[in-house]
This record gives sequence, structure tokens and C-alpha cells, in this order.
Amino acid sequence: MSLKKIEAIIKPFKLEEVKEALTEAGIEGMTVTEVKGFGRQKGHTEIYRGSEYTVDFLPKVKLEIILPDSSVPKATQAILKAAKTGKIGDGKIFVLPVDEAIRIRTEDKGEKAI
Amino acid sequence: MVTSLHQRSAQGASEQTKQRRISMTMQSMLGWRPLVVLSVLWMTVMGVHAEAPTPSLEQRVAGLEAYLGNTDPTAPLKDAKGNIPEGLTTASVGVAGPGHNGWMMTSAALVLFMTLPGLALFYGGLVRSKNVLSILAQCLGITGLVSILWWVVGYSLVFGKGFNSPILGGLEFSFLKGVTSAPNTDYAYWVSHNVFSMYQMMFAIITPALIIGAIAERIKFSAVLLFVGAWMFIVYFPLAHMVWGVTGLMNGVWNAGAAIKAIDFAGGTVVHMSSGWSALVLCLILGKRLGFGKEPMPPHSMVLCMVGTGMLWVGWYGFNAGSAVAADGVASNAFLTTTMATAVASFVWAVAEYFDKGKASVLGFCSGAVAGLVVITPATGFVDASGSIIIGVAAGLVPWFFCTRVKQWFKYDDALDTFGVHAVGGTLGAFLTGVLATADVNSNLNTNLKDIVGKTLYIEQLKAMALTIALSVVGTAIIAFVIKALLGLRPSVEAEREGLDVSDHEEKGYIY
Repeated sequence: MSLKKIEAIIKPFKLEEVKEALTEAGIEGMTVTEVKGFGRQKGHTEIYRGSEYTVDFLPKVKLEIILPDSSVPKATQAILKAAKTGKIGDGKIFVLPVDEAIRIRTEDKGEKAI
Repeated sequence: MVTSLHQRSAQGASEQTKQRRISMTMQSMLGWRPLVVLSVLWMTVMGVHAEAPTPSLEQRVAGLEAYLGNTDPTAPLKDAKGNIPEGLTTASVGVAGPGHNGWMMTSAALVLFMTLPGLALFYGGLVRSKNVLSILAQCLGITGLVSILWWVVGYSLVFGKGFNSPILGGLEFSFLKGVTSAPNTDYAYWVSHNVFSMYQMMFAIITPALIIGAIAERIKFSAVLLFVGAWMFIVYFPLAHMVWGVTGLMNGVWNAGAAIKAIDFAGGTVVHMSSGWSALVLCLILGKRLGFGKEPMPPHSMVLCMVGTGMLWVGWYGFNAGSAVAADGVASNAFLTTTMATAVASFVWAVAEYFDKGKASVLGFCSGAVAGLVVITPATGFVDASGSIIIGVAAGLVPWFFCTRVKQWFKYDDALDTFGVHAVGGTLGAFLTGVLATADVNSNLNTNLKDIVGKTLYIEQLKAMALTIALSVVGTAIIAFVIKALLGLRPSVEAEREGLDVSDHEEKGYIY
């Protein structure tokens, strides 16, 4: 059975709900990073004493999860359900193939390593 | 203090009964405070040589009452011709009054707090994170440099009178010689000379520190210190003497012979106009920051900016109410007017933003508060509550207009709005002081200015404003061009891009 990686960019305040939904779906580990970026939502304007600045990059959270192929549908469903607000800027989910996974402590490989 | 008083009293055991009777009478007349002061009076009386004339009880009590009223304690000792008989004195003469002196030490500390860290954080929060330490270093460097200059000759040039000149003081207090705990009665009957000197030094520190706001993020540290060192001698020391020195050209309140009978309670001309107009000239000579108008240059921490604003506001009570150089009724009035003008200006600036762009911002509230403090500064001890509200509204609107509109039209890079807030606010305040001053809250206006207060005082204010702008602009231009020719004002392009924290100080404000 092959491994997959899910990368999900979500709104920062949705992180807690997404984590709970993934845990309920049986996902046991994830890596989270605070990132900045923009898509269709674009940025916003800030004004300091009359000087206007357009801030293009908005704060987002990136989740990275490595999981067996078979778990991908329920994990993506969990993220979709928990992260959706219906407004522009909710984020994206990417699914990528993974060649190998190794647990450093035991040197277990493949599905046993995750 | 109390213990030592008892010990000293015990030495004069034979006198004790009489003294207690006097003190009890005093206590019932005036409350408990005179008792403490009276005890001090006994000590000196007991130490006087037998042949010296003894002051009467009336003279001693009058000396103490002078403390309550912040008046001259030697007045009751003078005979009909105004002379004091040789050797006649009381314990009230030549000593600081505890209450007045205590307030002035507190005020001096408050004014230092305005610079370190108040102004440092207010400005530091407004620059980009790569330049935050350059602001802090400039504030610290100026504090040390100006303190040294003040000790050497600065204090003397401002508050001495050896030259008997309307332009500069004298040299008699060089190296703070003779600046002791006894009051210098040219300036305060009840405040120690050394406390007065330190209090005024805090003003001399914050004034050049205000300038760095306009030139932030693009000047070499060495150039800042060299500029400030020269600027103190060419602009600040003469101007402060002209406005506050007893022989000063523009000291309308205390110098009957002043050529310009202007008034400036806490430094509208000396501090804010001088720093603000100098800042404009220096920022024009220096040029714009790299990328100005093309790259975003937002504040890196509005939180630090707000913390600094709060410290400035609190410290400003020492600046304004302390400028009474006494804990008296004039100081009380200044406390009220400072509070009202600042609160109103802060609110009005934010309201102006709301109607202009639809949002009230934290920087708007902060800027308005500082503008209010600036505009009320020259007026604070001369106007009443209604006057302070008018000043607050003006301070919220006029500097706001300059910072958000005029700066955009002319595209000068007054980085942190030293000109927009301090020059514009100081000039506005100096003028409004002339219009709104009233002897009802400060009877000192009756001493030399009775005929013009409420009438033509504003004309004298206009003259003082013109002289202040001329001195600041010309003085700053000369110093700046000389330094530019000698060692240059700006860091290299690489240094400015990298940030002054690393290029000038080899430090970083934030290590993640």
C-alpha cells in the first residue's frame, strides 16, 4: 500500500476544529506551520496617518499529514467539513505521493513508520 | 528626619516648654505640617551666634507662610528700605521646601521617563523592525551627550546671568559649580538649585530627541550625535535662555525688560517649535528614505507605540505641571488643562479619521494624544478648563491635517511626523496661548503683562514664533550642511537596506 501526503492551507482560526476533526477521523499525527500567502482573496489595506499600504500576504496555517492511501478520503472530508466557512480565503487541499517514510528511532519503514 | 529633629530639640532642653507652646498654637492655627517645618526653624535659631539679631515670631511664621504661598521667605525680614539687617535670617531662608522640592524631583524623573523609554518606544514602534534599535540608541546617546554638555556649560548658558544678556546666560554655573541644594531664588524660592538644574536638563534631553523622528531610518548614528552636540549650542541653549532665563529676550512673565513680551509655560517654542522646525529642515537636507513612496513602510509594532504614548502622557504631567517649579495652584491648574486637552485631542483625531476613511485607528488616538500634549504645553499654566478644551479640539484637527494631507501634497519624508505634530502643534499652541491666557488662573501674568494679556499678547507671541522659526531653520541648515560636508549624514545604501540596527550598532532588536 502506498503513502500519500496531504498539504492543507487553512484559515488560522480554524486550526483547532480541523485538528479535532482529523483526530476523530483516526489521523494520529500532523505538522503545522504558520505561513503567509495569497490566492483569490488577495490582501487588505492598512492606513497609518494617511499613508495607505496594501498587504498582499495574509496569515494562514499549513497542515502536513502523511497517511496511507486508504485514509485520504476520510481525512480530506474531515478537513473540508471543519475548515469551510463558505467565504473566499478558506484555503486549499493538496494530495501528493510519498516515496518513503522512515521512523528515525526504530528505522521502521512505510506504513509502520507513520 | 523625625528622629534627628527630636535629638536636636533635646539639646535645647531649656527652650523646650516655650517651643512646645508655640508649636501647639501653630498646630491649631495651621494644621500639623507647619509643626515639622517649625522644628527645622528651631535648629537654625539655636545654631545662630549670640550677637546675631533674632527674628521675631511674626517673621518666623511669615517665613513659613511664604512656603505655603510659594513666595519669598526673606520678604518678612526686610526693613522699610527693603534691606535685610546683617545676620538676620530664619530657618526658612536658604532651604528647599519639602513639598515643592519633592514634586520637582518627581517631575524631573517623569520628564526623563518621557524620553527613556516613552519617546524611544513611541518612535521605536513606528519604524520598521530593522531600525528599532537605532531609535533606542539615539535616545540613549542623546541623553548621555546632553547631560555632559549640561554639566560643562549648558545649564550656565541657559540659566546663568553673568553675561547680563538677553541671548545667553553666563558661565558662573559651569561644571555645575555652586549648584547646591539651596534654592536659586531667581527661579524658585523653595526648590533646590540642583533639583531645578536636573529638572531643566530633562527638557534639554527630550528636545533634540524629538528631532530624530523626522530623520528616522536613514541617518548615521555618528551624524546624529554630532548634529545634536552642535544644535544644543546654536539653537537650544540660546533659545531656552531667551524664553526662560531671568534676563531673557522673550521672558515676558519674569523679565520686565524683555524686548518681546511673550509667554511660554512649558516649552511650546523652546521644545516643540525648535525641535519640529529643525526636524523639517534636517529631513529635507537629508533626503527621503530609500524606497519612500514605493515600498510599504508600516510601523513594526503599534503595541510599543501605544505603550510609549501612555508613558509620554503620564510623564508630561512632570513636564507641564512641573513647569510651575512648585507644587502650587498654578501646577494644579496645569495638571487639569494637560489632562483635558490631551484627552480631547486624542478623541478628535480619531473622530477625524473616522469621518475621513471610515475607521478610527490606534495610531490616530496616539497621535492625537501627543498632539494635544504638544499644543497645551505653552498654555498649560495660563489657560482655564474652557481654554484647554478649545486647544484640545484644535490639536486634534490641525496636526491631523498636516500629517495626513499636507505631507502627501509636498511629499517630504518626515518619517514619524515630528514636523506635523511638534512644529505644527507647537506653533499652534504658542499662538493660542496668546489668545486664551488669563490672569484668573495665574496671577503672575499681572506682574509685567497686565496691560496686554487678553488684548495684544498674541502679537508678542507671533514675534516669538517668528524668532524661534528663524533660529531653528537657519541654525539647523548651517549645522547640517557642515556635517554633510565633513563626514556625511547618510549611511551607505547597503547599510540603509540592511537596517541601521546591524550597520550602526551590530545588534538586532528581535531574535526569533
